[in-house]
Amino acid sequence: AGMFLRLLSDVRWQAARPRWRRWPCCPRSASSAAEPRPAPLPAHAQVVICGGGITGTSVAYHLSKLGWKDIVLIEQGRLAAGTTRFCAGIVSAARPVAIELRMADYSNRLYQQLEQETGVKTGYMKTGSISLAQTQDRLISLKRIASSLNVMGIPCEIITPKQVAQLHPLINIHDLVGAMHVPGDALVSSADVSLALATAASRNGVQIHEWTSVSHVLVQKGRVTGVETDRGHISCEYFVNCAGQWAYELGLSGEEHVSIPVHACEHFYLLTYPLKDPLASSIPTIVDPDGRIYIRNWQGGILSGGFEKNPKPLFTEGRNQLEIQNLQEDWDHFEPLLSALLRRMPDLEALQIMQLVNCPETFTPDMRCIMGESPAVRGYFVLAGMNSAGISYGGGAGKFLAEWMVNGYPSENVWPLDLKRFGSLQSSRTFLRHRVMEVMPLICDLKVPRWDFQTGRQLRTSPLYDRLDAQGARWMEKHGFERVKYFVPPGKDLLDLDQSKTFYKPDWFDIVGSEVKCCKEAVCVIDMSSFTKFEISSTGEQALASLQYLFSNDLDVPVGHVVHTGMLNEQGGYENDCSIARLSKRSFFMISPTDQQVHCWSWLKNHLPSDNNLTMEDVTWKYTALNLIGPRAVDVLSELSYAPITPEHFPSLFCKEMSVGYANGIRVMSITHTGEPGFMLYIPIEYALHVYNEVMNMGQKYGIRNAGYYALRSLRIEKFFAFWGQDLDAFTTPMECGREFQVKLEKGMEFIGQEALLEQKQHGVYKRFTMFILEDHDTDMDLWPWWGEPIFRNGRYVGKTTSSAYSYTLERHVCLGFVQHFDEKTGEELVVTTDFINQGEYEIDIAGQRFQAKAKLYPFSSLFTQRRRKDEVELSGYQRE
Amino acid sequence: AIPVRSSRLPLLSDAMPAPAHLFPLIRSCEIGRLCSAACYCHRKHLCCVSAHFTHGHFRCAPQRKFAALCRPKENFNRFIHTRDYASTPQRFYLTPPQVNSILKANEYSFKVPEFDGKNVSSVLGFDSNQLPANAPIEDRRSAATCLQTRGMLLGVFDGHAGCACAQAVSERLFYYIAVSLLPHETLLEIENAVESGRALLPILQWHKHPNDYFSKEASKLYFNSLRTYWQELIDLNSGETTDVKEALINAFKRLDNDISLEAQVGDPNSFLNYLVLRVAFSGATACVAHVDGVDLHVANTGDSRAMLGVQEEDGSWSAVNLSYDHNAQNEHEVERVKMEHPKSEEKSLVKQDRLLGLLMPFRAFGDVKFKWSIELQKRVVESGPDQLNDNEYTKFIPPNYHTPPYLTAEPEVIHHKLRPQDKFLVLATDGLWETMHRQDVARIVGEYLTGVHHQQPIAVGGYKVTLGQMHGLLTERRARISSVFEDQNAATHLIRHAVGNNEFGAVDHERLSKMLSLPEELARMYRDDITIIVVQFNSHVVGACQSEQL
Repeated sequence: AGMFLRLLSDVRWQAARPRWRRWPCCPRSASSAAEPRPAPLPAHAQVVICGGGITGTSVAYHLSKLGWKDIVLIEQGRLAAGTTRFCAGIVSAARPVAIELRMADYSNRLYQQLEQETGVKTGYMKTGSISLAQTQDRLISLKRIASSLNVMGIPCEIITPKQVAQLHPLINIHDLVGAMHVPGDALVSSADVSLALATAASRNGVQIHEWTSVSHVLVQKGRVTGVETDRGHISCEYFVNCAGQWAYELGLSGEEHVSIPVHACEHFYLLTYPLKDPLASSIPTIVDPDGRIYIRNWQGGILSGGFEKNPKPLFTEGRNQLEIQNLQEDWDHFEPLLSALLRRMPDLEALQIMQLVNCPETFTPDMRCIMGESPAVRGYFVLAGMNSAGISYGGGAGKFLAEWMVNGYPSENVWPLDLKRFGSLQSSRTFLRHRVMEVMPLICDLKVPRWDFQTGRQLRTSPLYDRLDAQGARWMEKHGFERVKYFVPPGKDLLDLDQSKTFYKPDWFDIVGSEVKCCKEAVCVIDMSSFTKFEISSTGEQALASLQYLFSNDLDVPVGHVVHTGMLNEQGGYENDCSIARLSKRSFFMISPTDQQVHCWSWLKNHLPSDNNLTMEDVTWKYTALNLIGPRAVDVLSELSYAPITPEHFPSLFCKEMSVGYANGIRVMSITHTGEPGFMLYIPIEYALHVYNEVMNMGQKYGIRNAGYYALRSLRIEKFFAFWGQDLDAFTTPMECGREFQVKLEKGMEFIGQEALLEQKQHGVYKRFTMFILEDHDTDMDLWPWWGEPIFRNGRYVGKTTSSAYSYTLERHVCLGFVQHFDEKTGEELVVTTDFINQGEYEIDIAGQRFQAKAKLYPFSSLFTQRRRKDEVELSGYQRE
Repeated sequence: AIPVRSSRLPLLSDAMPAPAHLFPLIRSCEIGRLCSAACYCHRKHLCCVSAHFTHGHFRCAPQRKFAALCRPKENFNRFIHTRDYASTPQRFYLTPPQVNSILKANEYSFKVPEFDGKNVSSVLGFDSNQLPANAPIEDRRSAATCLQTRGMLLGVFDGHAGCACAQAVSERLFYYIAVSLLPHETLLEIENAVESGRALLPILQWHKHPNDYFSKEASKLYFNSLRTYWQELIDLNSGETTDVKEALINAFKRLDNDISLEAQVGDPNSFLNYLVLRVAFSGATACVAHVDGVDLHVANTGDSRAMLGVQEEDGSWSAVNLSYDHNAQNEHEVERVKMEHPKSEEKSLVKQDRLLGLLMPFRAFGDVKFKWSIELQKRVVESGPDQLNDNEYTKFIPPNYHTPPYLTAEPEVIHHKLRPQDKFLVLATDGLWETMHRQDVARIVGEYLTGVHHQQPIAVGGYKVTLGQMHGLLTERRARISSVFEDQNAATHLIRHAVGNNEFGAVDHERLSKMLSLPEELARMYRDDITIIVVQFNSHVVGACQSEQL
């Protein structure tokens, strides 16, 4: 079992003669006397990396490649001795999330050449992988993955059960409906890959110290200043937490807590002796998600593990043991997986068992890994929570994080993986324990559109939660906040949770349709309290001046105006997309998407001058937000406030403090985030119930009803509104999504991203946000688009969709997405012009089936019933779901 | 000595001096496992020498107790009879849902409510259940929370010669205990309330299964007796704090005394008059637990049993007895009985493991036939209603009856300080203990409550095991524990094992189905009434109380 016998070394790593290779088999106890004293720790380093597993060594490797040399890697035990040593070593690109797919693809290419680069054997073997489908739904999900793999240039094929049998002789194919074959997937010895990366890093000057553990990280004025270890102190500018399942504890160990929401679960796999006719080393790896198992060749026998329905979380109390001791094998727990294995490969009955390995894996609350800089401590980076795909992601994730540290940003949009998508609210031990018990089975569960986690719910709620719930609300969760999807009318039953999983038309179709209709014809109320709300004010002109620098639109507007604007980075990309109301000369009310609470706060803190006269407050919890949408909203509001609300007195994009019912001090804004007429009411929470009751009572005669976010999404997508986090990201500029009018290049002062935007304005953009109307798509019979579907122009791949919805008005599906222009010969990216967009025949690929689509750069003006205020249409108002 | 039961179908029971003698016969009759179960029921509380007994007009419980004289030979014939039955078991097959509905018919669970998220009681709750063998069942159970003092009372009562006495004790005993525990001021308050016709402070909160009834007719009578008792307690006011042990002993003795007195005095209402006589002439054992914080008192009279389930550090389960059986197997009891009577009676006192050759438990409520003088018995029977007078059993005087009383209701009380490792308490009538060893009971309940099945974990070690072999082994283990998940009630789970266990200690559905489908008149041959209460303790509270007291 070469993969388990890893030898020890206390000495500092030296690239020239890696000492650990010299004693191929002497146990630690026998050799301890002869071992040289460990090398002393340096007093200073630029970067200290904690953790010598695949992530830590990968970060060290990539940092040193990017030219940073003054790096110390600290490992509490031996290199590659934790989960890395035990993990199954499968490198597979078959991942549903695009960024994960990219990381896996990069990792594969990296590992392939690693042996040549370092001279360390990595056991790399390109075997390919076959993902099996026992049901049609599973096959659809595989086809979706296949579509996105193909457009990325990763060979991939949907094959029949017969073809599966040809590729793998042992498989029982009788219950299969199809499979996906990815020939490029590989197997590695994960510990050896990690050691190879360490060797290469070490040659580049990275110092590696084993048997050294970090006790805590030192912080001054919100910056990392050093690391305290059991062997002394190292001062440093950057700290990287790659501590795997111990990352959570390590994050809490310092004075300044860094919440890293990860939690470990036991994970079991089986090793056998070789078969009578040992398996060929090139036999493909089998993934049977419906049976919850994977099966790979292991030294002529098999290695098979899985993700059971009833995982066993462990170390919740945070026992900080050194390495993973031999955790107990639990055969009774493994029984369902063993049954699945024997069902898949019945001929293995006579195969002799070698061992059942119990290897804890680390999971995160949303099944995506965690990387990036801590919002609380600058210079504190994290890469952890690999959700049992550490080998697949390790290489690519290390690269992105290294780029992030060296350049200030990674080369791809990693927001789905950013540590700042979580706040401290996700780091309760109880929450993590419960949530990972849901996440681990989800690895094998069918991933359908609009899936909501069922555990760790009802943490943040609006004061109206119970009222809405009693009226049939169905809930989803964002950043811990419960939000209404739609309201089930009394007497109507929807399917059970499990049965409602579908890639086709969902059961709530008509319910949402009637909510949309009510928004168009009468008036609806949507509770949108989850929005992140900040107040920024100053004693003098500091607030305006600083915000003008941070935002691309001109904020020097009259008091009472609301401005939609992006908060851009140096490249002109959206770090945040928000609405800002000028409450007074010196104070601003800023509304951002729900999941911006941590990211936006840290961006503002990092970019606002430290000035005692400038104050910033998170008032998210202080206000309940009700969105009154529809043509009759104005009637309801004027009856409740006895104030003139006609467009003359209250034009679009205005903000006024007024009374509603008995409650005074309600901030009313004439925006709806949907393009429909209406108002947002920001209500101090103690008035929330009162105002809601008043609105519902008064609204009765106007046909008022509750609505949810699904209706909102349908409304905003048909009007071509992009929303941050889904359509917009740090790599999208206002110029690329038709929001030039929200950028005031000549506002008389400099702002972040200005140069990049000027450049784009002069030379054009390389991608363009476009709306597609599906033409030959049957809503009842065809697969529904979701997001991430490839877009084809004249038969050639030009980009992917970012969101989609059914438009009840157009009676068509609408997809939003970015179109790029690749040179037909060189593949080079070219400028995307309006003509390029308009002069193409488009198709959208949904799970391998292509549907004709009509491209539009501007929304249907017929959908806007509202009178527009000159150029400041509430067009492309940001949305969030 | 004669067995008991229905006159229609006299069955082997206690008649056999040494039932084991029958074993070879049974075996040779090829009755097999099913019939060997018959020896479970060989012990019965009461035997009497009596002729075949016809019962005309009274349909209530006692009639079932009067049984026919039965010679060993006849017994043998009975076995032949049962063999016929056993050879055609298919007709009696029950489906698993049918089995479950029989087992669960009497189950009851109570969870002590949590306050502010903190359960301040050392008791988490209890599960109880009964499986009748007699028709009607002669066992009773009670559970209640003391409202004026702290603590919870739980008890099982095994009646014999009818269910009247067990019923009365199950209704009344806890009131006697609660009153004995009350401080002087509360007694005064209650007495004043009764005196002035005000609403009474509630003394007990009962936790009853709908089938557990109270006799409405006798409540006034019972109340008056109870009131007399507390009036005496008020007069006797010693000013001392009440000791639980003493209170339990006093309550037991007082109630038995009241039962006896009520029967002697009689009642103008003929129904009540007959009731009090039936209560007094039938008998009941009682095993009662009082839990207050870490203080657990078990008062036992007779051969029901209390057992504590203890989880050892390695997670395994062991049993600690919290009561002594009062029967012939208990040397101290035999010794006690002999001490209380002249030496001349020594030989006749305990015969065939029975008191005076008749009664299995050596202590019991009621059973005035073993307590009253011959004169008193004759007087009461003669002046009593006709039903009583016609009854051969009541008229029958035990042989060698020289120096009554031979029987007492005084309990033995054991005090135990709960420790965090004490996870649960099982109170059960002898119907359970006859079929299961206490160690098995501890393990089955412990594993049920913790959900952890202490099957030896499997380790491959150096053995050569194939995937197929392992799979077979795991499937079998899974099946073994799946029976746990059918039950939501620990007592039900225990009954399932008690009735359905095969020789490997696993529940065998076929056997369970046969045992439960026995016709009424046969059931009592194969098993006794079973009544079980499983009390679960809150180790956190116990631990906290313990450290407070240290």
